[in-house]
Amino acid sequence: MERFTLLRMRTNSGVICMIFVLFLCCTTGKCKLQETKPTNSVSLDTVKPYPNDIGEPQPYPEEEKGKLPVFTMNYSRIQIPFEFTLWVLLASFSKIGFHIYQKITIWIPESCLLIGIGLIVGGIMYSVKEEPPAVLSSDVFFLYMLLPIVLDNGYFMPTRPFFENVGTVLWYAVVGALWNSIGIGLSLFTICQFEVFDLQDINLQENLLFASIISAVDPVAALNVFEDVGINEQIYIVIFGEGLFSDAVTVVLYSMFAFLANMPAIDSIDVFLGVARFFVVGIGGVLFGLLFGFMAAFTSRFTSRVREIEPLFVFMFSYLAYLVAELFAISSVMAIIICAITMKYYVEENVSQRSCTTIRHVVKMLATISETLIFFFLGVVTITTVHEWNWAYILFTLLFAFLWRGLGILVLTQIINPFRTIQFNLKDQFGLAYGGLRGAICFALVFTLGDTINRRNLFVTASVAIIIFTVFIQGISIRPIIEYIKIRKTNKDLNTINVTIHTRTMEHLLCGIDDLCGQWGHYYWKDKFKRFNDRFLRRILLRDRKAESSIVSMYKKLELQNAIELLDTTMGDISAAPSLLSLQDEKKEASRPKKKFKATDIKKMHDILSKNMYRIRQRTTAFTSKHSLPDDSQTREILIRRHASIRRSLRAENFREQPAQNISKSLRYYSLQPGGNLDSALPLRRRSHGEQDLLLNSFD
Amino acid sequence: MGSSRSSLRGVPDGQQLLQETGFSAALLLRLHQRFQFLDKDSRGHLRSEDLEAELSENPIGDRIVGAFFQPGQETVDFPSFVRVLAHFRPTEKNWTRDGVQPEPANSRNRKLKFAFQLYDQDRDGKISRTELLQVDTTNTYTVKSKLSMKPLNTTC
Repeated sequence: MERFTLLRMRTNSGVICMIFVLFLCCTTGKCKLQETKPTNSVSLDTVKPYPNDIGEPQPYPEEEKGKLPVFTMNYSRIQIPFEFTLWVLLASFSKIGFHIYQKITIWIPESCLLIGIGLIVGGIMYSVKEEPPAVLSSDVFFLYMLLPIVLDNGYFMPTRPFFENVGTVLWYAVVGALWNSIGIGLSLFTICQFEVFDLQDINLQENLLFASIISAVDPVAALNVFEDVGINEQIYIVIFGEGLFSDAVTVVLYSMFAFLANMPAIDSIDVFLGVARFFVVGIGGVLFGLLFGFMAAFTSRFTSRVREIEPLFVFMFSYLAYLVAELFAISSVMAIIICAITMKYYVEENVSQRSCTTIRHVVKMLATISETLIFFFLGVVTITTVHEWNWAYILFTLLFAFLWRGLGILVLTQIINPFRTIQFNLKDQFGLAYGGLRGAICFALVFTLGDTINRRNLFVTASVAIIIFTVFIQGISIRPIIEYIKIRKTNKDLNTINVTIHTRTMEHLLCGIDDLCGQWGHYYWKDKFKRFNDRFLRRILLRDRKAESSIVSMYKKLELQNAIELLDTTMGDISAAPSLLSLQDEKKEASRPKKKFKATDIKKMHDILSKNMYRIRQRTTAFTSKHSLPDDSQTREILIRRHASIRRSLRAENFREQPAQNISKSLRYYSLQPGGNLDSALPLRRRSHGEQDLLLNSFD
Repeated sequence: MGSSRSSLRGVPDGQQLLQETGFSAALLLRLHQRFQFLDKDSRGHLRSEDLEAELSENPIGDRIVGAFFQPGQETVDFPSFVRVLAHFRPTEKNWTRDGVQPEPANSRNRKLKFAFQLYDQDRDGKISRTELLQVDTTNTYTVKSKLSMKPLNTTC
């Protein structure tokens, strides 16, 4: 009951905070409104009044001669950063607000909630006749807001599954985007031919342009749901990669079609040029990304004396890659992704542990802020823009978007399935098709439509309608549907303990055989790349010129992790406190019928088991969630094993000193009797301080 | 395809292995290359050290290696290598049990037997309690003090 009231209080205070910040935003907006009027009227005067006279409360207007103002206010000076901070805070507060009540975020994806709050704020601003800041204008969006999200995607991309599936991902992204755009564009064009819908003035180029805009997928909400549900890695990585690259492809298509839309007539040579441009843009992006990635890696080689600014290079070089690519109108998204992937491997080896953590954390933080702001402003700007509603166009756009995506996935999968070792079945395809939500890229692109297109408002309305529809309806319903059709999940299921252990054994077996056979298919290229890497790249780009990574630094990082884990775990090892049972209990138990374990106990046993079981070597993908930092303790198993043996010897003294007062003199069982309580069986033991210090001090 | 058949000349008992295990010629060739790669001194057979080098990270690596070696043998040659790996081919759905041909290596029965042998380290045809417990403990890496061998009354 207490917890409930506490929750209520926290929710209330969260709501109060939000209302307060809302109020602040609106009033500052109002101040701006009041300010602009006076400045407009006095701009004609040559004599400028004191800069802090405008908008300032002036208690004694007569006394202007020489009195020192005790309290002044100068709003215009800080206006832009102040408002920016308030908007960011407002969006972040709403994010906090959602997570206070956990159950909402399970059923309704965060993007929906953010758009919802944005709609409310937009409504408020509209009613006070206020213009929201032009955040989603093309320059601000593409130069500042898109960048952290793409950097985050690239930096935390699970590289191994990605490279194993790179063909599939590119296939779906590139050919899928083309298929979708052309399909939707042509169908909409045929719809426009009907006079009854009053759409005759939209020609083919404009339709294609619009179609290319709305074929960009932004599967953020879908990815969150997929990860929660534990879907299998293949679908995850395909949707992840597709979302990533479809941004790049869509922007390219958009610029191509925009150019074509402005031309009065199209020759066949233009189509050819278009295709050539496509390749130039894509490959150019990759090359720029590689260039800047290597430059960043090379720079990080020399930063051992200036550890504090190491994270800076990562960000600056990625930003540089992005900007230079934009300069040449090459796919900047591709550039930054490739830059991040190349950079990460070498930089993380050169850089100190703290800088590594800092980089990761800052990348995540920037990406989360950006995403929050984008969805938030989507809601705000929806209300405040000028709309033109045309039932036919919008409904048909929705219909065709679904139709073509579904068809596209179906056809593309049929073609690519024979080339894959793990093929997609129908359920997977459904998951892929349904996970194609539209998002912010659509929105930003549609705002950059020039004014030469006379039906611009219609396009804006249609894309907003699609985005809201897909995010809300598809985003909310994807979770129950996925769980209902029982899509293939990863091997991280929560089974009975028995099944878990033995499944794990089988997986180790398969991994082992895999290792013995060498990795099939890609092995040849991987081997070649590895050799090239060892011989040239590592020598140039890494500070310690060893063929493999230094065992000592890995050992240090690992020991640090272990120390942290020791501080965290309260349950401790299974062995540390064996269950206590006396002979008499056992005799009684034998006569009692066997009961099942309590659900909570089983869950705790699973937790203990999962903390202590060896993990499979990279077979099950380490998902990098959009909203949390990745966990990379999986790759250190061999050192963990050796660690455990060292710790065993270190702690052997402590164990022997442990007085056996806790443990009864009777037989010690390694089992828990059914019906018994796990908590009583494993009494909590805090580690002694001395042991922790020993571990922490031995490595620095 | 004549060209791939002729390239099996380097493989000992190539044709026979093809029929026995059901691998395609390309796969067999690949396995042969892998065998030669693992066999670093070009002896023509593998010792357990060669296999263990690949499986050092695996908690049940020693059992897997043990599955390759027949009891008492120190080395494994290429046909035995391939025969063990043949267990891991996907099962053929249209294989019917007709008693005449010997059961192929990748039938469900043979796979189960292989898995059974992983648990049954002393090869007496039964999995004893000790062996089961050993599998459980090799899967986890916490410090284990005295393990009791009393009956486990768990029903989880």
